[in-house]
Amino acid sequence: MTNSGNFSRRGVLKGGLAGILATGVSPLIFTRGAYAQEFCNAPTGDTVTIGFNMPLTGAYADEGADEQRAYELAVEHLNGGGDGGLIPFFSSKTLKGTGILGKKVVGVTGDDQTKADAARDSARRMIERDGAVMITGGSSSSVAIAVQGLCQEKGVIFMAALTHSNDTTGKDKKRYGFRHFFNAYQSGIALGPVLGEAYGKERVAYHLTADYTWGWTQEESMKNATEALGWKTLEPVRTPVGAGDFSQYLTPVLNSGADVLILNHYGFDMVNSLTQAVQFGMKDKQANGKQFEIVVPLVSDLMAKGAGAAMKGIYGTSNWDWQLPDDASKAFTKSFGAKFGQPPSQAAHTSYVQALLYADACERAGTFYPPEVIKALEGFEFDGMGNGPTSYRAEDHQCFKEVYVVKGKETPSNPFDLLEVVATASKESVTYDPAIFGGELGPDTAVAC
Amino acid sequence: MDAILAQLLNGLDKGGAYALIALGLTLVFGTLGVVNFAHGALFMLGAFCAVSFRYLITLETVTVDPTQTTAWGTALEVRTPLAQTWFGDWGGVLIDWSVPLSILLAIPVMLVIGIVMERGLIKHFYKRPHAEQILVTFGLAIVLQEIVKAIFGPNPISQAMPTALRGAADVGALIGLAPGALTYPLWRLVYFLFSAGVIAAVFGFLRFTTFGMVVRAGMADRETVGLLGINIDRRFTIMFGLAAVVAGLAGVMYTPLLPPNYHQGMDFLVLSFVVVVVGGMGSLPGAVAAGFLLGILQSFASMNQIKSLLPGIDQIIIYLTAVVILLVRPRGLFGRRGMMEN
Amino acid sequence: MALFQLSRRDALIFALFALVVITMPVWTAPFGANYPGLMQKFAIYAIFAIGFNILFGLTGYLSFGHAAFLGVGSYTAVWSFKLLTMDALPALLLAVLISGLFALVIGFLSLRRSGIYFSILTLAFAQMSYNLAYSVLTPITNGETSLQLTLQDPRLIDLAFTTRGAGLPTASLFGVTLSGLSGFYFCAVVLLIAFFFAQKVFASPFGMMLRGIKSNQMRMSYTGFNTRPYALTAFVISGMYAGLAGALLAVTDPLAGAERMQWTASGEVVLMTILGGVGTLIGPVIGAWLIKYFENIFSSFNEGILSRFFDFIPAPLHDTIVAISSKFVGEGWQLTLGLLFVLVVVFLPGGIMEGVRRIGALFRRGTPPKAGAIRVQPAE
Repeated sequence: MTNSGNFSRRGVLKGGLAGILATGVSPLIFTRGAYAQEFCNAPTGDTVTIGFNMPLTGAYADEGADEQRAYELAVEHLNGGGDGGLIPFFSSKTLKGTGILGKKVVGVTGDDQTKADAARDSARRMIERDGAVMITGGSSSSVAIAVQGLCQEKGVIFMAALTHSNDTTGKDKKRYGFRHFFNAYQSGIALGPVLGEAYGKERVAYHLTADYTWGWTQEESMKNATEALGWKTLEPVRTPVGAGDFSQYLTPVLNSGADVLILNHYGFDMVNSLTQAVQFGMKDKQANGKQFEIVVPLVSDLMAKGAGAAMKGIYGTSNWDWQLPDDASKAFTKSFGAKFGQPPSQAAHTSYVQALLYADACERAGTFYPPEVIKALEGFEFDGMGNGPTSYRAEDHQCFKEVYVVKGKETPSNPFDLLEVVATASKESVTYDPAIFGGELGPDTAVAC
Repeated sequence: MDAILAQLLNGLDKGGAYALIALGLTLVFGTLGVVNFAHGALFMLGAFCAVSFRYLITLETVTVDPTQTTAWGTALEVRTPLAQTWFGDWGGVLIDWSVPLSILLAIPVMLVIGIVMERGLIKHFYKRPHAEQILVTFGLAIVLQEIVKAIFGPNPISQAMPTALRGAADVGALIGLAPGALTYPLWRLVYFLFSAGVIAAVFGFLRFTTFGMVVRAGMADRETVGLLGINIDRRFTIMFGLAAVVAGLAGVMYTPLLPPNYHQGMDFLVLSFVVVVVGGMGSLPGAVAAGFLLGILQSFASMNQIKSLLPGIDQIIIYLTAVVILLVRPRGLFGRRGMMEN
Repeated sequence: MALFQLSRRDALIFALFALVVITMPVWTAPFGANYPGLMQKFAIYAIFAIGFNILFGLTGYLSFGHAAFLGVGSYTAVWSFKLLTMDALPALLLAVLISGLFALVIGFLSLRRSGIYFSILTLAFAQMSYNLAYSVLTPITNGETSLQLTLQDPRLIDLAFTTRGAGLPTASLFGVTLSGLSGFYFCAVVLLIAFFFAQKVFASPFGMMLRGIKSNQMRMSYTGFNTRPYALTAFVISGMYAGLAGALLAVTDPLAGAERMQWTASGEVVLMTILGGVGTLIGPVIGAWLIKYFENIFSSFNEGILSRFFDFIPAPLHDTIVAISSKFVGEGWQLTLGLLFVLVVVFLPGGIMEGVRRIGALFRRGTPPKAGAIRVQPAE
């Protein structure tokens, strides 16, 4: 909807501005502080609508399904149902189980199909048709970046779920986008030392990389981290997302002179490429006089489950794991497991946390007016969400917290016991200068839609 | 050298799949003159025969193990497949070999599906233009895949290969190279041998049986064969069923290589048409040759040495070959003159 | 003035069509489809389908690669936004031009063959474009990540007159922002122009020539006509329509992804055209609206909504009906679409328009229309 027919003071002011700017590139400027609820999808009734946009089909659909479960749980807890999950552990005590600012939370869902185009379409539908005041979800960095761009344009806050590319809060960061999940750079910092210790300093790595922003940045981060150890890197091979059969890319690995295969794949792609690599005998092969090794820098429970025995003994990193010993993680696992009969994945965790963080930010800001909510989130320090003390950095909207190095468990004690945390990288060690990735957040001006 | 041999093997196993699908497509086109856009869906249905077979033999009993609790406080459920309770170790073997065994299920099921499809829908389209055949089978493909999606869900369902056939075989040692110089996954070798076997069986069937002879005669001149008083229509129906079986078997054996999902058929459809066109519309040897040719080309195009010369070639090699062949030699490799042209 | 003249019947159809399009926000309201995003799609995909129909409906050449031109149009428009100006007109013009050139090359090669070979050639070209856009052409297309506007875009023309705003700009027309409803009306006006042009093509001697290619290419060439330039012209025009539609997609949402070039997207426009009625003017539009409505609204139905809908049916039967019908809505909407499509191809080869005509004939008690008039007859 445009603003036509709106004769408020600001409406006229804006019209004037548009007239001045001959090209009509009108930056819809609102005077700071005067937020008379004139922003996109301001909740008016006694409910507030949140859009859950996640892949229910496509290469990352498993993660999407788990995100959906997490959002269902988050809505229940925000509205006062269930055992409250993480709310009692959350250091900010604003959430009372009465919805957000007294309005009951209603969720609408959309399938982003793991495709940027479709995701943007679905997010637009939720903003325009369903009146969502915030969009959250996603399980691919290309999706996150596309939706984040849309949300910036529409003045709707986007709480990214599973996106691991450095670009999401780097080159492509947006004022309206926030990421709780960690990134490829942090994976590199956390994983590097562990790999050095386990596999030595003289290794030759072969990268198979998903051909998009996440794959590229993870490849770069892993290359930097392993080359710092003294490893060599062969020319990386880019593979299309959803390729299915990776055999033609795996065949050359065996005779390439490499002794480590790094799979920059995620979701079903990783399940396929890893199991196929194991079919090629890469786990029991000797190369350069050493045992051949496979590394999957970003790994989740769902992927470990999909890959089955192929995952055993393989290193990777995770944003969170349900077997972490702190009380908050235990409580969340209990709450989620009781409802769905399976432990939450890292995708579920980050989605759930993002939903709570948004609700809390609205409570602290005392309004849904996005510029104020953004201010409440920027620089926010909190604890009790399962990752130890965490902060939302104002400069790039990236969360900083512990990062976990995990390994596929050799002898699982039960069907859910798939990964074990073998090392933890401290919050300080994975903190970096926001300037290294560039990018600009852009303005926080509200937009009437 | 080893690298090239390995890539060749990879091309052969990919080519096996392409050749099998294209063979079925050509059987239908050659005998019935129908352009079947639902052929990919038949491949997918075959794959889901394997999935269903595994579901059947892994029906479970759920017992609760009170000694272990989950992180959310309930007792851990232990699932034992019924087959294991009934047949003991034999049940385990049965489950282990479920993929090859599901061929036994796939053959009758695919035959029935093929015949029903032909009698129910396709036969009304023999006299209608090719464009309408494409459209109706395209619609049918959508319906079939959506039914599978409604039943099995949108996500891929992985199928394990038998334990004995996991891992890699030392092919190099067999042909006199140093041990370990050339290894290749066992199941992929099995797949190649299997496709070669099926192709040989189809050719043998057409070559050496009376049925096959009549069908071949019918392919050449349908009207004359009809005039001779032979019920060619019923034989053609059976040919459609046979094509469905061939596609289905290709699907069954492919499941351990790539977990099947509902839109797998569409992914293979475009490819198989390209294969058929390259081989020459209606030519069975053409379809087989083109299948292997394109598999090998695709595999080699994915090598880094080639990709650095021609960036992106691995992505388009199949289509590029099709375009070049169609423009330079529209009959394809083995096609007859005048087939599907003006 | 002859350029803008229509026969009385065509003028009436145009006036009615214009009325329907302009009042769309009103009559879509009861269907829950009156939000700008969907109405923009109604207009845009109608253009796409009308253009496709100029090729398929008139000449009978079945292209399975038209989405490539749509994608090229989108990429061109986004680049025009990035490099030149946020004004929509240059974007549309450039998109039409570039996709036209693209269509010229692909059409020139593909039209050397006919029948299914032509379909496979267009399919192969489109898949090549898609795969290249996805991989090595990443510097131009931004690959999987999709081409988007950034704060650092040069936008030479805009920035010569104004300073850079703080946020990402939106597309505009002479200073009027094109988003939401204004975006829809812009698309609607373009749709009307496109429809008018299609009417002219259908009524022109050129259109007759194309129909001639469809019904009997052989005879056409015996009479001394070289049919290929005509078919190529139709191919290019329909590629330009697709490019225009792609550019409008970028105008209403400045992002271009490779997915919109995939062959399934090409298949979708085939479905639209067949469903509505090949070779008719209005048919493809109806087909496009129906499919987009299904995709956006039908797909969001769930068991709750069905349960309320079938409320009048007694309980035991009610649950069964809800359970069965839920397979056909929501995520299963494509099943309904596929079934509908098969039924149309089998029983109504002329699509919904033929159905309308048959019903009309029934009321008039007249003779049924000649089946051959709207049957698909591809060039073979």
